[in-house]
Amino acid sequence: MLVTYLKVFTVGGLVCLIGQLLINLTKMTSAKILVTFLLVGVLLEAVGVFDAIKDFAKAGITIPITGFGSTLAKGAIEEVKTAGLLGALTGGMKAAAAGLSSAIFFGFLFSLICKSRTKV
Amino acid sequence: MTGGSQTIYFRNKPRVMSGYSIVGPKEAEGPLDPYFHKRLRKDDFGQKSFEKAECKLHMSAISGAIIAAGLTPADVDLNIGGDLLNQIITSSFSARELDIPFIGMYSACSTFGQSLIVGAALIDGGYIRRAACSTSSHFSTAERQYRFPLELGTQMTPTSQWTVTGAGCTLLGEKGNIFIESATVGKVVDFGITDANNMGAAMAPAAAKTVVTHLKDTGRDPTYYDYIVTGDLGIYGSRLFLELLESDGIKAASIHKDCGQMIFDKKQRCPQGGSGAGCSSVVFNSYFLHHLLAGAIKRMLLVPTGALLSKLSSLQGESIPGIANAVVFERED
Repeated sequence: MLVTYLKVFTVGGLVCLIGQLLINLTKMTSAKILVTFLLVGVLLEAVGVFDAIKDFAKAGITIPITGFGSTLAKGAIEEVKTAGLLGALTGGMKAAAAGLSSAIFFGFLFSLICKSRTKV
Repeated sequence: MTGGSQTIYFRNKPRVMSGYSIVGPKEAEGPLDPYFHKRLRKDDFGQKSFEKAECKLHMSAISGAIIAAGLTPADVDLNIGGDLLNQIITSSFSARELDIPFIGMYSACSTFGQSLIVGAALIDGGYIRRAACSTSSHFSTAERQYRFPLELGTQMTPTSQWTVTGAGCTLLGEKGNIFIESATVGKVVDFGITDANNMGAAMAPAAAKTVVTHLKDTGRDPTYYDYIVTGDLGIYGSRLFLELLESDGIKAASIHKDCGQMIFDKKQRCPQGGSGAGCSSVVFNSYFLHHLLAGAIKRMLLVPTGALLSKLSSLQGESIPGIANAVVFERED
């Protein structure tokens, strides 16, 4: 159990470290960094190594946006297998529907109860 | 300002009748706290939006300066104001509440210098008697206009500056022993910097060029001034500014100060110091005006610096042109 936490923390931390280096050393905006990480997730899933990383690092790789990229890719690939080429367009969104809808729902909910304020 | 010279000499000595500065809570935690006239406990100033809060700050600075001079709004001929928000809504919305004729100004963070030059010129020419020159900025309004929504909670990059929450107003007129002796209008300079988080580097060449031109036009040595004060170059920008001056044979490191660097403490987690249209105006109207009035400073060159970018231009990858205007304040004993 403790070993699992350690693995999750190490891999998740490494992902964040890469993000921090990109902020500090490049001119990339946070939006570009996020999209890059998402695409890396898609790529890892497409070439089939994401599952191996996930078995090892669990939430360490699925909680960062790389996990979202992998879900999109996996959904698209599976839908193609069952529904043909059109699945490449529908599958990703279907697989990610729960995440997307909850992001919109909770975003709305918290906009009702929270007030924007200056970061410190 | 003819025949290639960029400097205006004000023969009738437009005078500083009063100055007023009002700042947010973070600025009040900084080293200049004792000099500010008013500090907010919360940066929303009791308003529904940060834009409304900035507007109230702007108005408070103008009325503060008018009251400090023992006048009423009816005694002021012109409000020359500017800020950073689209279509300068802060200044125009605050002018809507004040019953004073209004000229809106924009040259990013160097707006304060531009306002002082126009005010001093109109007074010097005898067209008006008194002008309230005001500028403001607010961290949260600038952040969401130029960078990202506040809710996104993005990190600051090592070269980025913290927009000052505050407003300052200088009331120019016929009384007082501090006067504006001359001013140098800067040219727009572009060094090809495209990183909107590195505005100090974008503005430093403009500041250096304006100072070099000013010294050449007036035939003065930098030591003529007790201080040469730039607006918001930050730490990197200031270093670049001094290096550029040095390459022109001007040594000014010992008399150089930067408002952006002065307003925050290193402990306050602002990698490069403060910036914003309110930065130079709150620092001038507090710290520097205090020392000018006390006689500790006899002559100073105030050089507010501006990065002339918009959200759109930086998204389209355009480089950031910089501007700096220099204003000479002198004390008459």
